[in-house]
Amino acid sequence: MKPFLFTEHSKLSDLLSENHKLVLMIPRFGIEFGFGEKTVEEVCEIYHISPSFFILVCNVYTYDDFLPDKKALLATDMHSLIPFLLASHDYYLKERLTDIASILVKIADNCEAKFGDTLKRFFSDYKQKVVDHFDYEEKTVFPYIKDLQDGKKTNAYTIHQFQSIHSNIEDELNDLTNILIKYLPCNLMTKERVSVLSKLFDLSDDLNKHSLIEEKILIPYVEFLERNNV
Amino acid sequence: MSKRYRIIILESSSLLVAGIRHMLYDNFSYDVLDSFDCMEKLLEKLGALKPDIILLNPILLGYAKRFMLKSLFQNYPDMLCLALVSSYIQPGILKQFHAVIGMDDDKATIESKLREALRSGKAPANHESYELSDRERDVLIAVAKGKMNKEIADELNISIHTVISHRKNISRKTGIKSVSGLTVYALLNNMIDENDVH
Repeated sequence: MKPFLFTEHSKLSDLLSENHKLVLMIPRFGIEFGFGEKTVEEVCEIYHISPSFFILVCNVYTYDDFLPDKKALLATDMHSLIPFLLASHDYYLKERLTDIASILVKIADNCEAKFGDTLKRFFSDYKQKVVDHFDYEEKTVFPYIKDLQDGKKTNAYTIHQFQSIHSNIEDELNDLTNILIKYLPCNLMTKERVSVLSKLFDLSDDLNKHSLIEEKILIPYVEFLERNNV
Repeated sequence: MSKRYRIIILESSSLLVAGIRHMLYDNFSYDVLDSFDCMEKLLEKLGALKPDIILLNPILLGYAKRFMLKSLFQNYPDMLCLALVSSYIQPGILKQFHAVIGMDDDKATIESKLREALRSGKAPANHESYELSDRERDVLIAVAKGKMNKEIADELNISIHTVISHRKNISRKTGIKSVSGLTVYALLNNMIDENDVH
């Protein structure tokens, strides 16, 4: 069954009432709220966003089994791809992980010291892993793609190398939710646990979609550029 | 004349029940005896009806009994249970069934799933335990201490293949996949102490 996908002529506010999670995603395109009855196309024009790419991301974020076919992918204007991924990295690190860390520290400080320290170390190791992961993409992969988009072909790198080392940064988040739900001894920090868990679930969903965009949209797109740039 | 298999349906949607009845109507291998919209009514009549096959919507098992299909029908060990799935159901629940029929299956697919279930017949594995075995504990402790699969294999005198299979089971049972997560788990459960972690 194919869902009724969003189109560029949909009203932006309708997208948000269909999928509330888009509220977290839309600001990363630089879009400010208060857009009235404007359609996706109209809003994108104001912010110089590629409407086809914007719609693609909204559909990926909303419909679990949606992925564009090759034809749709090649018809998409990808100039917003790298800015969107960069803004997402920034957002994950500066907002989401920082938020989660501050609540987690409260929980850890309320635990027996050895448990608390373990929890803090786990999270700071994880954050470092995420930083390294994003760093590699920002310093190596994205500049390479920008060169390709500008019609420059460097022989030093191919997207295949990225594909083979693209690491998973979702496992630890899942582990952390299980630890908080099942294994961290009860210490009456229910309010904090609930709040950090709901943030973890949101972040984990978001990162899943982010990886999906990198693996199923970015990689095939760059493969196409590689084949067609001489 | 070949045997006609007796089927009962447990499904709360009368639309679905009518659909299944219609699909199997002209297939002389099956005879739909009756249908029920809740588990209590079904259990009441089960002894009298003695069906060969039951098609049931796992939602109607109820939350508390969702993993207890086998004990629910323990008096009918030869009865085949097929899940009739119209919404998302956890894979762990579906594993208890002999086969799973989905809303997108056409007539031919449903008939072949029924045939296949009748042929293989064997009841699926018992509901699995979530307790770690002693060996899994040993492997978990070694992983948490930062040891590699090869070291663990040598230390415990088992093959690397076995270590990997223990690790898979540990992750399935605890819900924790990463080495750092398993280290936290081991610490929280007092299997290792801080000095073991580098």
